[in-house]
This record gives sequence, structure tokens and C-alpha cells, in this order.
Amino acid sequence: MKAFAMLLDRLAFTPGRLGKLRLIEAHFAATPDPDRGYALAALTGGLAFDAAKPAMIRALVATRVDAALFEWSYDFVGDLAETVALIWPQRPGANREPELTEVVEGLSAAKKTEVPALVERWLDALDANGRWALLKLITGGLRVGVSARLAKTALAQFGAGNGQTVDVGAVEEVWHGLTPPYEALFAWLEGRAPRPSVDSLAMFRPLMLANPIEAAELAGLDPADYAAEWKWDGIRVQIVARADGGLGGSLGQGESRLFSRTGDDVGGAFPDLVGALDFDAVLDGELLVCRDGVVAPFNDLQQRLNRKVVTAKMLADYPAFLRLYDILFEGGEDLRPLPFMERRRRLEAWHAATAPRSRMKDRMDLSPLVPFASWDELTALRDGARMAGIEGLMLKRCDSPYVSGRPKGPWFKWKRGALTLDVVVMYAQRGHGKRSSYYSDYTFGAWRGDPTDGAAELVPVGKAYFGFTDAELLRLDKWVRDNTIDRFGPVRQVRPGLVLEVAFDSVHPSTRHKSGLAMRFPRVHRIRWDKPPEEADRVETLAAMVVS
Amino acid sequence: MKVTPRGLFCEPGGFYVDPTRAVDRAVVTHGHADHARPGHGRVLATPGTLAIMAARYGPEMAAATQPLAYGEPLRVGDVTVHLAPAGHILGSAQAVLEYRGSRIVVSGDYKRRLDATCAAFEPVPCDVFVTEATFGLPVFRHPPDGEEIGKLLDSLRLFPERGHVVGVYALGKCQRVITLLRAAGYDAPIYVHGALTALCDLYEAEGVALGDLRPVTVATKAEMAGQIVLAPPSAIADRWARRLPDPLTAMASGWMRVRARARQRGVELPLVISDHADWDELTQTLDDVGAPEVWVTHGREEALIHHAAGRGYRARALALVGRDEEGQ
Ligand SMILES: [Zn+2]
Ligand SMILES: [Zn+2]
Repeated sequence: MKAFAMLLDRLAFTPGRLGKLRLIEAHFAATPDPDRGYALAALTGGLAFDAAKPAMIRALVATRVDAALFEWSYDFVGDLAETVALIWPQRPGANREPELTEVVEGLSAAKKTEVPALVERWLDALDANGRWALLKLITGGLRVGVSARLAKTALAQFGAGNGQTVDVGAVEEVWHGLTPPYEALFAWLEGRAPRPSVDSLAMFRPLMLANPIEAAELAGLDPADYAAEWKWDGIRVQIVARADGGLGGSLGQGESRLFSRTGDDVGGAFPDLVGALDFDAVLDGELLVCRDGVVAPFNDLQQRLNRKVVTAKMLADYPAFLRLYDILFEGGEDLRPLPFMERRRRLEAWHAATAPRSRMKDRMDLSPLVPFASWDELTALRDGARMAGIEGLMLKRCDSPYVSGRPKGPWFKWKRGALTLDVVVMYAQRGHGKRSSYYSDYTFGAWRGDPTDGAAELVPVGKAYFGFTDAELLRLDKWVRDNTIDRFGPVRQVRPGLVLEVAFDSVHPSTRHKSGLAMRFPRVHRIRWDKPPEEADRVETLAAMVVS
Repeated sequence: MKVTPRGLFCEPGGFYVDPTRAVDRAVVTHGHADHARPGHGRVLATPGTLAIMAARYGPEMAAATQPLAYGEPLRVGDVTVHLAPAGHILGSAQAVLEYRGSRIVVSGDYKRRLDATCAAFEPVPCDVFVTEATFGLPVFRHPPDGEEIGKLLDSLRLFPERGHVVGVYALGKCQRVITLLRAAGYDAPIYVHGALTALCDLYEAEGVALGDLRPVTVATKAEMAGQIVLAPPSAIADRWARRLPDPLTAMASGWMRVRARARQRGVELPLVISDHADWDELTQTLDDVGAPEVWVTHGREEALIHHAAGRGYRARALALVGRDEEGQ
């Protein structure tokens, strides 16, 4: 537990991706099975305990610590798990410190009524950092800034460090067929065993993801190399249907699943779909709510997500629908190495043959390709598509094989036109990690009133901390230092003298900013060193962009 | 004993203890700026504290000074004064004041764990004990120093290409961290920010061996990879740190125990190393000195008063102006 606690502690404070990777890799190298496997499961969100709620922990601490001292402490620390970890009166020598495996297996085996005594015993045996890690682990709130993807990248690095030829794609490929504590996985990565065999399982295959692109970048691409599809405003799913017991044929017939893009099985909320997947294929598509062929707003789909009980009324009111755009397996045949256009032909042929005799007949269709000859033509199509259900366009290279992860180049998502506004920098704050010595976070404002008559004031409308190069950051940092007029802790107020063109996805009413408006996903689009601040935009301009 | 705007005044002796403004006669417990101010008429303190004050404020720091070694009694007015080690920083002392058979101890800042840079705290039984409460909450239990230094050395092994910059207060913490590193077997050169050199030299002159210290200016950026650099907290997250390759910022302070505090500082490697007593040391000390009356200063007084009351002591907060609650 000590090593795991130390890992979590370091991860929580290490801002950089490379630093985190190295910490995780070092942990895998230094920690034996099965502890490291459970650590991996904790980092990838693969452990869930529901017996240990914050209320239980509060009750435990109340039996051991003076109430007034606890309240003052909680007030000062601000985090329940951390307060309990720090304040817990240790009983030195009371028990042996538990290993992570003992905690994980102990909790899964314990009856609900046994959990408090178990946790109390562990709290007595651990030091403050160990107690913190234990409490974070059992209440499911690790929050150390590690995604499952990052943990898998660390695994790949660990394998490569042991002389294996693996990349994160290879780890992803086997991942969904394995369970904690992943001993077969570590054996493979250490060269002690062959790659775990997962080919025959009805399991999730990692998705191929797209990179965002802006209109200006299109010029560098040849339109003839790409196919376009609408980007639907639903949920990307992987459909694993093995009604014929195919895909290698080792598992029982009739097992079909619906996975989210992260590999979570979301099928439970969609029995109407899962029960009708009467074919043998792995497909990539969008989960939507559709009425008479018309895509309903995303809100409607949300009514159906994460439901444990699905009523007949829900099924009727919010009919779920699959819009398909790729095929990964047909029967047992892995189509992923084929070029996109070839897979598309296979998808169309498969659909034509399968749909008429499937129970999914009226509940699935193909996402059409959007024909275009030039980027200008496509731009016009995209700008014209303002109806609900469309978020923008997907561009897919015709020759791209289906590979996991987010490779640079083959697939792009081109979101519906971003909005932009010219704003004035008001405050700057130091960034994190590598940027901690630079003023890299900017709060900006728009004018309320007419800035040319002198009576106008700047009202904060948002905050942005990316969208500029390192060289630009150096210049911004210097500008902030040279134009500071006041300081409040880590924040500098600057003279209103610098205009930023910020791009954002949309504007919403908000109580967070004085302006009453909040931008969604603002980023610095251009730094307008040339523009006088009084020519920046006014709050009214932003207010007019609110989506009603 | 009286609380005045200038600090704690001992009437029968005619002197203040750690006054926050210039006064005629002062007893100074230790050299931190919130206790030792320049410009007094006469200053009574340990030789170590006087040396620190002279180094910080110049030889003109007071009109007259009188060194008093630990344990030596001295009559001041109607009061007998002696100084007892406080274990806080070099020269730090508790002022032990005796008057008509009753004894009051003003402990200044103190800690109970061992520190190679200063004499260890000596509990002095007394009638009134004046204690700090910088870390006066039971969430503050400082871990063993060796474990914290171990974290720094582990990080150095794991990130050998990064310069490790450790934020330390110039007086006390800096030299303590150096001696802890040396005790852990780290004998490579340690680089120090210019603002820390004078006090390191003073410690060396007072007989605290610090090993090979070098100014940061003698090394190139590339040479700083995998090296330890000590700097004042204000420098670690600023432009100064850019001279290091991919700097990894650490900070040695008792406040690092609380994650939000460490995050607020932008620290990547928090090291819980403190020159102040933690909760267990504070409460242990109350029992050790056994004073029926306890006065609590700088910090979270209410929790310690609550605890002391529960143990049967009469405890109250002493509102002193100008004390640094952040604790150096
Ligand atoms: Zn002090
Ligand atoms: Zn102090």
C-alpha cells in the first residue's frame, strides 16, 4: 500500500504527461504482482466499491476524534478524505500495514456490515499518506490526472523497456479481454509469456478517433484523398453482435453488446437495440434517438442514458437508433486493415444483405457519404447544415486502415463554425507545470458602453489558456509583466492594452461572470498586437450570439 | 507580564520579549524577522541570535547588545532571566523569566524533533507557558524528516535530467535541509540561490558543517540536470527558475502537509519539513512543562486552547500584533 500511496501522491502533484508516465512505469517495474495489477486497475477506473460512502467514513472518525477539533480541521483542509487521513490517531504497531491486494480483495469479499471495521483496522495500520490513498481508493475519487489511455501508454513503455515490441495500440487491442490484476498482461510485457489471446471474445475493440481541424488547415489537404460524412450529435458506440456465435466462434450464441467509445458496456439501457442485434459483425456507429427518420436533440438521448430500469413508455417516447459508418469485423473476418473506402463498400454490401431480414431493419441505417469536389463546396455544405443532430463534418482519408487511438492525419472532425470575438486582456495568472513561471492564463473582457467616449468599462467574459505557441507565450508573459497595474496573490491585473481574438463554440447565460454570459471552450485564436483595445468588441455583441 | 501594541512587556524587568517595534530593552528569542526587529536600544539574546541579527540588519542593528549563553541566569530589574534551547533554528531560545518565586516561559517558536543545526528543546517546568500554535491543528503531524528527504532523493533518481529546485526559508530551513541531505548520504555539491549564501556562511562559522555548497551562477543550464538547488520560496516559480533544465519544484515546509496549500504554491514535490512543533509536539510540550496556565500565540489558537482546557489547563489566546502566522 505504501508504494501505491506514494504513486498516487506523486501523480497528483506531477503536472506533465511525461512525468506521470515515468512514475507509473517505475511503479510497474518495482512492484510485484498482483499489487501492480490492482494499481493499474485503480488508475484505469476498473475498481469500484460501493460499500464505503463518505458518511461511513465520517461516522468512523467521529468515534475516534474530538468533534470540535475535527470541524476546525475539516474547515482548514477542505477535503473530507484528506482531513480524515491526516487527523486519524494512528495506533502504532496495532496491525501490519495492508498491501493493496489485501484491500481490494478484502473489500470485494466483505459484507456491507463488515466494511467499517475493516476500514478502521486499515486506517490504524497505515500512515497519513497511506490513509489518504485508501480513502480515495474506496470512495472512488482518485482524481490524480491519469486517464486510462495514459496508464496504457505507461504499460506500453514498460513493455518496450523490457525489450518487447509493443505500442499503446497493442495494449488497447488486448485490454478489453483482460481483468484485474492483469498478470497475463504483465507476463507478456516482461517477455515471460506470449501475448494474451483475446481474438475470440465478444469484446470491445479500441476505437479510431479523429483530430479537430480548422478551415485554414484544409488548404494543405487534397480533397480527392478524403471522404466526408456528417458528424452526428449523438453518442459514438461500437456494436459487437455475434448472434451466430461467430468472430472465431468460441463463445455462446446470441451474445451482443453495445460499448461506449471508452469501452463501457452501455447496452443495459438499450434492451430494444441489444435484443435485436441478430447478426454477426462489429460495427462503428452513432447512437441516436430518431423519430420517423429525424434525429432528435441530444437531450432526448440523454433521457435514455444510464438508466437501470427502462420502461415501455421510455422505449416508445425515445426510440433508440443506430446510424452506422464503419465495419470492423464481418463474421470472423477482421476488416480493420482494409482502406476506408474498401470497408465502406463492405459496410454497404453487408447492410444491403443483412438489414432486410434483421429485427434492426427500422432501427439502423448508414450514415451517408457527403459528396464534394472542392473544399469550398464542402464549406458551403457545412455552413448550410444548421439543423439539429449535426455537429459538423467528419473527414476520413480514403486509404486509411482502422487503427486504434488518435493517429495524426487520417481522420479529422470539422466542427460547425466556431464563433469569434475580439476581447481585451484584464488579468493574467501563472500556469501549471512547465508553464508555472509564465503568465499563461488570461481573463479577458468586452466593453460595456462605448469605449470611444471614455465612460465604458471592461466586463470579464471568459478565460483562456491555450491557442498560442511557446514563442507567443514568451511575448505574452513579457507583456503582462511590463503592463501590470496591480497584484492579488498569483493574479496580475494588467493595463487594458492587448486584444485577443478568441474562438469559442457557443455562448450561454451564466451567473459566473459579471457579464451574465459564459463561453463554451474559449481559446486564443489570434493575438491582435496590432489592434487598439477600444476597437475590441462589446458585451452586446456577445449577448447576441447566445443560442436560444 | 502585559500585552501591549509593541508586544509582550515584562513590567518588573522593564523589557519586552520579541517586540514588534523598536523599544528600549528587548529580549529576543530568535532571529526570524517576526521576532527580531532592528532598532532596539538594548538587546539580550543568545550569541547565535545576535550573530544572525547582525548579519541580517548590519552591525548597527541595536544600540547595545548583550549575549547570554543557554542556562546562564541574569538579573534584569527585579527579574531573573535565563535562556533555554528552543530547537527551532540556530540560537533559538525560550525566555525563562522568574519573579517572586513564579516562573513564566516565553517559548518563542520551537520544535521537539532533532535538528543538527541547533540545540534541542529543553522543557522547563513553569507556572505560565507561552506557546506558539503555528501548526495548532491535529491534521498537522509532521512525518519523519528522513522520509521526506528520501522522496527528494528518489525523485532525483527518477528524473535525472531535471533540475530539482527546493523552496526553503533562508534562515533555518535552508541549513536544516542541507544537513538532512548530508545525513542521508548525499555528498554531491548543493547549489544555493544568492539570497541564501550569507546565512549558510554564518551557520558554517557557527560550527554547522554544510559540505560543498555552490552558487547557481557557476554552472551551465545543462550541468544543473539532476542537481539540487535551494532557493527562497518566492524564486522557485518565477523567471529565476528558468535557468534550470525542466525545473522540478519542491518546497520544504510544514504547510506542505495540506495538499491545497501545496497546489496553491504550484509545487510538484511537497516536502513536509517544518521548524515548528506539530500537533503532537505542542500537546506533549504542554504536559512536559506542566504549567497550569497556557497562553497561545500565532496560529490556530482555538484548537490548542480547546485541547488544553480538556486537559485541565487554563488556556487563553494572546493576541500579538505582527506575528507571522505562516511561520518561517
Ligand atoms: Zn521563527
Ligand atoms: Zn514566529
